[in-house]
Amino acid sequence: MARKRLDLTFPPRQSLKPIIYHLVKDYDLVPNILRAQIHPAQEGRMVLEVTGSKENYEAGISFLEEQGLAVNEAASDIVLDEARCVNCGLCTAVCKSDALTLDPETQTLQFDKDKCVYCEACVIACPRRAITLTF
Amino acid sequence: MAKTWEEINARIRSGDAVVMTAEEFAALADDEGVTRAAKKVDVVTTGTFGPMCSSGVFLNFGHSDPPIRMAEIWLNDVSAYGGLAAVDTYLGVTQPSRTRGMEYGGAHVIEDLLRGRAVRLRATSYGTDCYTRTDIDTWITLDDLNQAYFFNPRNAYQNYAVAVNSTDKALYTYLGTLLPRFGNATYCSAGALSPLLNDPTYRTLGAGSKIFVAGAPGYISWEGTQHNPHTDRDEHGVPVRPAGTIAVIADLKAASPEYFSAATFTKYGASSFVGIGVPIPVLDEDIAATLALTDADLTATIYDYGVQHRSRPAVGKVTYAELRSGEIEIDGKKVPTGPISSLPKAREIAAELKRWIVEEQFTLAEPLQLLPQVGSQAFKPLEINTGEAI
Repeated sequence: MARKRLDLTFPPRQSLKPIIYHLVKDYDLVPNILRAQIHPAQEGRMVLEVTGSKENYEAGISFLEEQGLAVNEAASDIVLDEARCVNCGLCTAVCKSDALTLDPETQTLQFDKDKCVYCEACVIACPRRAITLTF
Repeated sequence: MAKTWEEINARIRSGDAVVMTAEEFAALADDEGVTRAAKKVDVVTTGTFGPMCSSGVFLNFGHSDPPIRMAEIWLNDVSAYGGLAAVDTYLGVTQPSRTRGMEYGGAHVIEDLLRGRAVRLRATSYGTDCYTRTDIDTWITLDDLNQAYFFNPRNAYQNYAVAVNSTDKALYTYLGTLLPRFGNATYCSAGALSPLLNDPTYRTLGAGSKIFVAGAPGYISWEGTQHNPHTDRDEHGVPVRPAGTIAVIADLKAASPEYFSAATFTKYGASSFVGIGVPIPVLDEDIAATLALTDADLTATIYDYGVQHRSRPAVGKVTYAELRSGEIEIDGKKVPTGPISSLPKAREIAAELKRWIVEEQFTLAEPLQLLPQVGSQAFKPLEINTGEAI
């Protein structure tokens, strides 16, 4: 089984095929949309986590590329620089997925990347600029 | 069973003083009662590490050859004040860079100096008979400066607002990102560890008090700007809104980047986290009673930052224990909370100050002049007048 995070770019005026449906139905993949911003007349972007067998994963990627999507497997990543962090906790106020929380006892910052939906709200909320989006 | 400052200092010098952080003292008072705790403990240490915009440093660069009377001054492209003597300046933490904007401000220059990094100094002048040079471009480090000291006009606010946003749009404020429709609440106090909440009526604090400033030994130099003793208080005499403040002074060369951190609040500006620690002598049971208060006893007022007026409407009151739980309730709606003042750092500061007193015989100083007392002065707004009306 493979589990990968993909950064998809939709060209403007693409056919808007139900790609998620096809990934599930035709390729037996489990897609999890982390974020999406798609408008019919503009370039769109979707960050997608996909789980499935290696063969199905590769076939699914080919399908996406055939649809005219740019597929970037090295999707962006959220990185917390612990040396810069002062544990103020301000990022936890904007983290809707509870990926960033404070330990109830020590009040130090905990980052559970599995819960992160890459909304980037913490990136601009952090006054220390200790949270960055890397590519 | 009152203790005097002299008795407490004598015990500090002989190594016999019993010193506890405010959290440790509250736990002791809970176990043994305030009376026994007051008898047992000599000094309680407090700490806070929050963004404090009214902070900055006085610097003296020394004279170049030929000398310059600096009129416009930039440190790493951040403007510093040129209205003092030839090579004196004041650099405020919120001043943005002329090239990088609010992402790099006066606070970032100060942090770079504290980290031993070289900083580019550029200055221009109109030139005088005694200072002929009209511009200079050089690099300095903290070691190169003759004097470098914090003079922070307002630090360690006694209590602060809890911020929420009733509007339909996110607001970017000095209290962080406030999500629309009461989507979150941010707050900024060390609560039970906060210096001025532990001596709510300023019995032991004033000009001359020896304190911890950004890792350096320093002093309270004056009342802080906007010091407002005249505010709503609870049954313990503790303010439930922003109230007292202190101005502080300390040697930048003795400070540490562990306790001073530059900050940027998106769409607001640059600022700095400043670590302040204040030792409070356990003079009697009255002061012990407020030192023993916990987050569950301390109240903050919630304000709607979506209302663009000087007097924002209060939308409720909440304890620091509720705020720390991560969720409060406003009009029946659950609202997630997030702090801005670092509690782990506040704990570190209270513990470090305790270590100074116990291991390094850091004595306490009775203030030469107490902070303005409750009822002594009103807090005035700024009215928009014309010259004729005045």
